[in-house]
Amino acid sequence: MSSVIAATPEPGSAPSQRAAIAWRLATVVDVVTETPRARTLLLDVPGWPGHRAGQHVDVRLTADDGYQAERSYSIASAPEDPRIALTVLRLDDGEVSPYLNDVLRSGDRLELRGPIGGYFVWNVSLGGPLLLVAGGSGVVPLMAMLRHRAAAPGMANMPARHAVPARLLYSARRWEDVFYRAELTRLAEADGTLEVAFTLTDEAPPGWTGFGRRIDRMMLAEVAWPPAERPHVFVCGPTPMVEAVAATLVELGHDPARVKTERFGPTGGS
Amino acid sequence: MTEPFVSRGFRGRRQPGATAARLPPGQYETPDFPVLSAGPTPRTPLATWDFLLRGADGPVARWAWDEFAALPHESVTVDIHCVTKWSKLDTMWEGVSVDALLAAAAARGVKPSPYVLALSDGGYTTNLPLADVTGGKAWVAVKFGGAPLAPEHGGPARLLVPHLYFWKSAKWLRQLRFMEHDEAGFWESFGYHNYGDPWREQRYSGDP
Amino acid sequence: MNGEALRLDGNAAGGILSEVFVPDVTAARATCASCGAMGEMGALLVYATGMGMVIRCPSCDAVVLRIARPRKQLWLDLTGVKCVVIP
Repeated sequence: MSSVIAATPEPGSAPSQRAAIAWRLATVVDVVTETPRARTLLLDVPGWPGHRAGQHVDVRLTADDGYQAERSYSIASAPEDPRIALTVLRLDDGEVSPYLNDVLRSGDRLELRGPIGGYFVWNVSLGGPLLLVAGGSGVVPLMAMLRHRAAAPGMANMPARHAVPARLLYSARRWEDVFYRAELTRLAEADGTLEVAFTLTDEAPPGWTGFGRRIDRMMLAEVAWPPAERPHVFVCGPTPMVEAVAATLVELGHDPARVKTERFGPTGGS
Repeated sequence: MTEPFVSRGFRGRRQPGATAARLPPGQYETPDFPVLSAGPTPRTPLATWDFLLRGADGPVARWAWDEFAALPHESVTVDIHCVTKWSKLDTMWEGVSVDALLAAAAARGVKPSPYVLALSDGGYTTNLPLADVTGGKAWVAVKFGGAPLAPEHGGPARLLVPHLYFWKSAKWLRQLRFMEHDEAGFWESFGYHNYGDPWREQRYSGDP
Repeated sequence: MNGEALRLDGNAAGGILSEVFVPDVTAARATCASCGAMGEMGALLVYATGMGMVIRCPSCDAVVLRIARPRKQLWLDLTGVKCVVIP
């Protein structure tokens, strides 16, 4: 049995080498209520090296007796945005999310490290078409991808996004639980190459014409591009949902290597 | 020297309470029963399930599910303590004591040795001294809270050794192997304490 | 709810692995020492047990990596991985 004990990095190592490792103290610049149970933290992060859409940060809280709790949160903002945004869903029995939703306020500092993750990332240069499937708070890293797609500079007179058609299928319990409602509606209305489909699994508002059930094979077959188009697919949300959707997409003929997943665990947050 | 950063207003889950005296150092009480698994839940059908006691020199005592069910069972109420700091008080279990298993196995020539290695479906192992599974200190449990032990909590049968940190209570137990020499199990060989007494807070290797 | 509902992708280990490896390893490719399947580290299955991360091959479920942090030391067991190619 060989195990390796690795120490923390040498104090003298080059700053660029330590950039991905260092814990930083971010400052909360603003908070935005997204839904009754979620809000977005806008952060100023000193020395932030930039990030790619889809990456996450690790957040660490420390109590005055030294007790620590650590959780990962996907970055909601595009690489082009001036501030780092984290959208946090409040879990009633969570340890960290109630603090981030109820206690943390503008001016407070928050310890985090990142950006982390080179696997679940997308940028316009990777091309498309782009299929994004979100379950609940799983929409957060996918929103970063859509924001990047809308903001990325293109060539000549054509915005980058015209070369990359995109579709988002977003499952939530109720309309009031949907993050970024106004922004998604506005983005889809302004951009003919972006389609957003919602499915509400618990309750729909009167006059609802969207889907009204859990994501299933029929819905995916309807929303996804044909496998021959070889879309880049990103699926994010609670683990059981992600596994079911990814398996169904592969059954429908999509290349497993093109279906990237980000499982959030049992409930999609903590 | 800068002060370490403290998150304003963060207190975490720990709460002192009426039961504080029953909690080993560093633990907090939880009403839940967290599921922490190192792998996918094994799903051995009862028709193919068996349990073995294996002596160091070879003899094996084997029980199929219905044979195991015919052994004397007892009900116990115990506190359990996980090294990740949660404790659950007054948990109710039903199972066969390791003492009863050893008595039944003696008839088949299985003799105990100073050390025990517990082996589970999925490859998990944990090691204990013989003295810590005998004398009424350990059971092979098949029921929790009055109902058959659920797969996510280690069913159909798990080891229950409440006086040590709960990683020693191996889920999906299939075999207790007696050994002349101690052999570190899955976590004991990877930074965790070889013995694991919560009252002396023996969490990690090197803890006194 | 069982252990499978709790599992995560290899990305979840990205933070702690960044304490050992300077380049990001979640996009690196690893070969399972047990079955030979090769894939991106981000596609491995992470079981975050609280005691440590047990990372398994999505093809055969064998343990590919273990990560634990007892006493602020970082323990890394790579015996389940045949080779890692960091792009």
